[in-house]
Amino acid sequence: MTRYVVQRVLLGVVQVVLVMAGMFFLTEALPGDAAVTIAGDNPDPAVIAALREKLGLNESAWHRLVEWLANALHGDFGQSLVGPRSVTDLIATAAAPTVLLAGLTLALLVPLSVGLGVLAAHREGGRLDRIITSSTLGLYSAPEFAMAILLVTVFAVKLAWFPPTAVGTSLTSNPAVLVLPVFVLLLRPICSLSRLIRAGMVDAQRSEYVRHVRRAGLSPVRVRLAHALPNAVAPSVQQLARTVDWLVGGVIVIEAIFVVPGLGTALADAVAARDLPVIQGLAVVLAATTVLVNLTADVAARILAPAAEAGR
Amino acid sequence: MPSPLSPSAFSRRGFLGLGTAAAAGLVLPGCAGDSGAASTGGQPRSGGRLRAAFSGGGAAEVLDPHQTNLYVEIARTKALFDKLAEYGSDMSPQPRLAESWEPSADLRTWRITLRQATFHDGRPVRPVDVLASFARIVEPGSARRAKSALSVIDLPASRAVGDRVIEFRLKRPYGEFPNALATLGAYIVPGGTPDLTKPVGSGPFTFRSFEPGRSFVVVRNDEYWDGAPYLDELQLLISNDEAARVNALLGKQVEYAHDLTPTSARTHEQSVQIHRLPLSNFHGLAMKVDRPPFNRPELRQALFHLVDREELIRSVLHGSGQPGNDLYGKNYKYYAGDLAQRGQDLDRAKALLKKAGAEGATIDFDTSDASTGLKEAALAISDQAKAIGLTLNVKLGNKDSYWADIAKSGVLASYRSGAMPLESHISQRLLTSSTTNNTQWRRPDFDKLYHDAQSTTDEQKRADLYRRMQQQLFDEGGFLWWGVSDWIVASAQNVRGVDEKAPANTLNWARFDKVWLA
Repeated sequence: MTRYVVQRVLLGVVQVVLVMAGMFFLTEALPGDAAVTIAGDNPDPAVIAALREKLGLNESAWHRLVEWLANALHGDFGQSLVGPRSVTDLIATAAAPTVLLAGLTLALLVPLSVGLGVLAAHREGGRLDRIITSSTLGLYSAPEFAMAILLVTVFAVKLAWFPPTAVGTSLTSNPAVLVLPVFVLLLRPICSLSRLIRAGMVDAQRSEYVRHVRRAGLSPVRVRLAHALPNAVAPSVQQLARTVDWLVGGVIVIEAIFVVPGLGTALADAVAARDLPVIQGLAVVLAATTVLVNLTADVAARILAPAAEAGR
Repeated sequence: MPSPLSPSAFSRRGFLGLGTAAAAGLVLPGCAGDSGAASTGGQPRSGGRLRAAFSGGGAAEVLDPHQTNLYVEIARTKALFDKLAEYGSDMSPQPRLAESWEPSADLRTWRITLRQATFHDGRPVRPVDVLASFARIVEPGSARRAKSALSVIDLPASRAVGDRVIEFRLKRPYGEFPNALATLGAYIVPGGTPDLTKPVGSGPFTFRSFEPGRSFVVVRNDEYWDGAPYLDELQLLISNDEAARVNALLGKQVEYAHDLTPTSARTHEQSVQIHRLPLSNFHGLAMKVDRPPFNRPELRQALFHLVDREELIRSVLHGSGQPGNDLYGKNYKYYAGDLAQRGQDLDRAKALLKKAGAEGATIDFDTSDASTGLKEAALAISDQAKAIGLTLNVKLGNKDSYWADIAKSGVLASYRSGAMPLESHISQRLLTSSTTNNTQWRRPDFDKLYHDAQSTTDEQKRADLYRRMQQQLFDEGGFLWWGVSDWIVASAQNVRGVDEKAPANTLNWARFDKVWLA
C-alpha cells in the first residue's frame, strides 16, 4: 500500500511538471502575444514595441520557461502582465468562491446521490426505481448552461425567490445567491453518481458474500449499508473524483452566468489578455488539484474494496 | 485589451477602440452644453445609490486614470477625475477643467485658463498639476493611450503663467488642439506622485472602495465645480456576461446595465428603460489602396456601389443603427452631410468592376470575432458581391491579434471604430505619418489639406478644407463606412437623467453625476 501511494505521488509530480511545460508552449503558440492583445485596436507599432519591452517579451521562450519553473519551485508564480498584482494573490482571491461553490456542492452531492442510489436499488425495477432512473436520465441530458438560464428566468427574474446573479454582493454575506448555482452544479453529477451507486448496489446485493451475510441473519438494513454499500461505492469514487475536477476546474459557464469571480472567470480573463503568468499559475493549480483528487480517489477505492482492487 | 469600446473585446470586456478601432476602445466625447434628450420626468432630486453593471477586465483592473481602455475604466475615471476638455455629442471639444482656451496667431502657442476647481483633498487644481499629468502620460517607454495625442506638446517649453493659466507650446500649428486635451486618458491628477490605490481627483465623486474585477464605490463630492451630483453613492459592478447584466437589472440587483444586444433590448423594453445612444460605433470595410487589387480606384468604387447598406443595418445591426455614406463621423462636427447618399446600384458596380479589370475576380476578405458584427458583415457583403460576379473569400482570423494582423497584411478587411472627432480619425488613420493607417492611404495632397486645416484660425476655411478631404475620400478612399450603430444601455424605471444623444464615450455618456433616482 505504501509503495503504491509513493509511486502514485511521484507520478503525480511528473504529471504536474509536464502540464506546466505543455501549457507554456501551447500559450506560446497562440497568435498574438500579450503586447499585441493589450494594444488591441490601436496596433501602433511603437506602442507594441514599448509594451513588449515592458513585459519582458523580448527574451527567448526557453529563457522565460526556465526562469519561471525555477521561481515556481519557490512558490513564486510571478506578476500578472496586465495588472499590478502577483499571480499567487490573484489565484488565491479567485479560488475562494470556486472552493466555496465546489465544497458546498460536494457536501450535498455525496449524501444525496448515495441516498437516491440506495433507494432506487431497494427494489430493482420497482416503481420508485423507475421514477428515479428515468428522471435522472432526463436531467442528465440537459446541459447546465441551459438549465441555469431556465432556472434564473423562472426562479430569479419571474418569481424573485432567489437573486439572479452574485453581482454586487459576496457569496458569504448573502448566501441566497448560492442557491441557484449550487442547484445547477448538483443536477448532473447527482444523476451520474446515483446511477452508478444504484448499479453497484444491485450487483452487490446479488453477490455471493451479501447472500452469505444475509443467511447469517443480519438485518436487511445492516446488510445493505454495512456490507453492500462500501462495495457499491468503490467504483463511484473515481467518478466523484472526476466530478471534483470538473467543479474546481472553474465551472466556467456557471461562473459566467451567475457572475461568480472564481477560477473559471480568472482563467477566461487571463486567456483573453494573454496574461501568461496567470494562465500558467492556474494551470499548475488545476493540474495539481486533478492529480491530488485522483490520487485520493484511487487510495480510497483500495481501502473501500481491497478485494476488487486485488482482483484487477 | 481591445478596446473597449469594443464591444467586446475581450468582449467580454468591452473595450473601446480607440486608436483605431473601435471596439476597443473608446473614446471620447461628450457634450456639454446641450444635454440631449435625457430620460425625463420631474424635478431632479438628491439621494440614493445607483448600481451600474459593466463588463470589465478581471482581477487585473487598475485605477490608473492614464491607463483607461475599457468602457468601465472610463466610467470609473470620469467619476473621479476631469480632463481639460471632453468631447460633446457632436465630437466638438467642450471645456471642462479648462475654462477657456486661446491660440496664438500661428496656432503654436495655446493659453489655457483653468477654472476654479479643487481636488478631493482640498488642494486647488493648478497648472503644475496639469503639466505633471501630461508629463506622466508621455514619459518615455509608456504605452499610455493619450501619449500620441499629447506628444504634439513641447512640454519643456510649456509653462505656468500665474495660478490658473498655462501656456502650451506646440511642436506644430494645431488648430484643433483642444481635441488632444479631450483625448481618452488625458486626465488631470494632482502633481507629485499620485497614490492611485486611493485616487484623489477633481471629479464629481470621491473614492470609497475598489475591488478589481468586482466593484467600485464612490460618494458624492459636494464641492464639485460643475455642481454636486444628485446621487449619494455610485457603485460600478462588473459582469462580463451580457445575459447576466440583463438578469441583474431585471432582478433589481442593479439600476443600470451597460452594453446590451439589440435582441435583449427588444425583449425587455416593456420592463426596463432602453437607451439607444446614436452614432456610437462605425462599421465599415478597409481596402488597402497601395496594392492590387484595390490600387485600382474603380474597384473601390465598385464596392461603394455594391453594398446594400439597408440590408446590413437590418441583418448585422439588427435594425439598431443608421446607414453610412462611406465617410466616417456621420453628423459629427465638419461631417460632409451634404454629399448624396449612396445606395446599392448593381449596374454601376458591374460596370466599374469591368473597368477595373476585375470581373469574376476572387479576393480574400479578412474578418474575425474581435468585435461584434465583423464576421456577420463580411458574410453578408460577400453574399451581396455574388450579384456582380465578384467572389469575396471570407477568412476568419484570430480575434485577439486581428487589429494588428490587418494592419500588416491582407487587402480587404471588416472594420469598426468607436467615436472620435474627424480630426483624430484623419490624423490617426489617413495621413502618411499615421501609425495605424490600415488602408495605406498616403497622399501628399491630402496631408496638405489636413495641415492647412490645422494651420488656420478661420473656421469657415477649416470647414471647407474638411469638406475637400472628405470629397476625396468619398470618391476614391479606402474606407467604406456602411453604417453606424447605436450603443444600447438599459436602466430601471426610476432612473432619470440618462442622456440619450451622447455617443458611447463622450462627455454625457455614463455621466452619473447628472443622473437621479425618482
